[in-house]
Parts: sequence; structure tokens; C-alpha cells
Amino acid sequence: MDLALKDLGEYITGHIPEDVTGYDLQLGELSITVRPESIVRVLTFLRDDVNCRFKQLMDVCGVDYPERELRFDVVYNLLSLTNNSRIRVKLETDEDTPVPTVTEVFSCANWWEREAWDLYGIYFSSHPDLRRILTDYGFEGHPLRKDFPLSGFKEIRYDDELKRVVYEPVKLTQEFRSFDFLSPWEGVQPVLPGDEKAGDPEDNAAETEGDG
Amino acid sequence: MGVIPPGEGAPLPPGAAQDALLQQVTGELQDKGFVVANVDKLVNWARAGSLWPMTFGLACCAVEMIHAYMSRYDLDRFGVVPRPSPRQSDVIIVAGTLTNKMAPAFRKVYDQMAEPRYVISMGSCANGGGYYHYSYSVVRGCDRVVPVDIYIPGCPPTAEALVYGILQLKKKINRTGTLWR
Repeated sequence: MDLALKDLGEYITGHIPEDVTGYDLQLGELSITVRPESIVRVLTFLRDDVNCRFKQLMDVCGVDYPERELRFDVVYNLLSLTNNSRIRVKLETDEDTPVPTVTEVFSCANWWEREAWDLYGIYFSSHPDLRRILTDYGFEGHPLRKDFPLSGFKEIRYDDELKRVVYEPVKLTQEFRSFDFLSPWEGVQPVLPGDEKAGDPEDNAAETEGDG
Repeated sequence: MGVIPPGEGAPLPPGAAQDALLQQVTGELQDKGFVVANVDKLVNWARAGSLWPMTFGLACCAVEMIHAYMSRYDLDRFGVVPRPSPRQSDVIIVAGTLTNKMAPAFRKVYDQMAEPRYVISMGSCANGGGYYHYSYSVVRGCDRVVPVDIYIPGCPPTAEALVYGILQLKKKINRTGTLWR
């Protein structure tokens, strides 16, 4: 099965070499990396090519790597029922670089791209309706970015005089506490009786030598 | 349930004494054509006996609320019948996480309910944000939006806990409820 995926990877990189920057086979899953500007061409190829037939787009999601220059990944997962195989297509972008929308190729990408826009702020160019989809109306920021504060900026309260729900800056009675799970009191690892040396590689090595 | 004799607090258990009292009341009703009762107590009895809750399931607590309605616990026995409209309901059970986006809609539903109206906050999320207390999108307790009568703890509370909470609300209505709330 891995061989078939490897062949598929070679096949795809061979046919659209100017769009695909590489492919990777890990844990029995094939993923290819592409240039952002050619994503529409790649997905159209994967959908229509007779050896690929990835007719279903399972999801579109974003990933944030804040330490990278191009901090976002956009990941497209495709499924081919005909060939019983899956493929992952990845591209890199940042806050300012728009990614071409793939709604023309897979109409189901519409809401997923809206979701990626809402939660990460990845901009999809020429998307038919790029609005927020999950967060509150008038929400500020993109909450799944790593630099977004956990408790956000606004909180909600009903104002009895205004007779409506009002937004106010967040005021926490108790700050969020991050617990230290390495402390001997809070992070004790349970050890089975007689199994104390199981996790110690040096002791294990010594034991095997002694046996020989 | 027992019959409460006039002037006394404790209900009479079924038996000869209760039969005698019932006989007396029935006789009076047949003889005069009416009985005399305290109107506020009668109103309280009627209110507590038919608490129609607005169906407001927001998350997993809703499943436990459904359990409480279904045949095992059967809230119908207490005159608790789920309603699809706030205009018909007396109580709203906030079952689940109240998000910022939902809060204005929730308040609107509450405002549409007719007086007297009661609120039962069910589960940790509705009580104080619970697991999502520090989240950017969750209201830290539904009492920030509406006044709450009964808080039911748990994550989620069992169906029994909800039934207990409803019975507590009935007690509260019987104890404090007046004609005008």
C-alpha cells in the first residue's frame, strides 16, 4: 500500500512539477506540499486526473506555527472513493498573503475557508462570501492564533438600564492558573511495583550485557 | 401527597382521618355549592403544579434534561411539560454552555416569557462558566444575563438532580410566591 502511495506521489510530482514542491510519506499517509498560487490547479488535477480521482474534499484547516516566517499552514484533506486512498495537500502562507479560494473546485470548501478565516485570519482571495462563521458578531481577533489571549478581550453582561446585553472588557476575579505538572506533588508518575527500572535505558542495557 | 386540613401545616396521610375530612369537604360542596380557600395559596398550588419549561438545551446537559422528560423519570408526573415557545412557558431551564453569541438570543427568549417566570440554571457551564470559565467565547454564568432561581450543580447533573432542582423550585414557589411576583 505504501508503494502505491509512493507511486502516486511520484506520479503527481511528475505531472505538475511546477506546482508541487515535494511529497512526503509518513505513517502510511501521503502528503504533498504545493505553492499557494497553484492550489486551484493542483486540486483540479487531483480531482480530474484519471489516476487520482480525489473527488471529495474532506476538510480544509489551518495551522499556526508562530516561530516561522510564513506562519500558517493550510491543509486540504482529500479522499478518493474510487481508489480507496487519501491525500493531504499543504501550503504555507502568512497574515498578508492571500490564498486563492478553491470553492470553484470543491464547493464544500466555502464554509471551511470561512472557518479558517475566522479562527486564523488566513485570507482567501476571490472567495464568494468571506465572513466570520463561528465567533460572535463583531468579534475582534482570530482566536486560534497562538498569540491570541485565552480569555479574549470582551465579556458580556445584561444591562438592566439599557435593557440589552452589553460588551465590556474582560475582568477576571481570579487569573487563569497554569499548573506545574513536573512538581513532585502535582505530577507524580505512577510506577508499578517491580517495574521501577523499566523506563531507564542504561539499566536495561547493562542487564542485556550481563545476560550475554 | 396528602390532604392539608384547615389551620394545620402537615398533610394528612391516607386513612380514616383523611377520608373523614374529604367527606366533609365533599358534603360542604354538595350542600352549599362552593368551598372557601386562600386565593394566594390556591394560585401557588396551581403555579407549582404546572411548571411548563421552555426547552433551552444548549449542550450535553440537554441530554440529561431529555432523560428527565422521558419515561424513566417522567417529568410529566409533576405537570412539567416542555414547551417550544417562550409565550407558553413559566420556567426556562438553561441546560448547557451559554456562549457570547447566544446570550442576546437567550435574553430575548427570557424577555418574551410571561410573568411569573423562573430560571433554572443547569450544570457547571450555566452556573459559572464551568470548564469554559476562561474561554473567550463563553458567558461566565448565565446569571450575568438573567436572574436565576435555582442552580443545579454537576457536569452534567444527572436527570435525578434536575428533577430535584425542579422540586426545589416548586418548594420555593410555594414558600415565597405571592399573587404578584
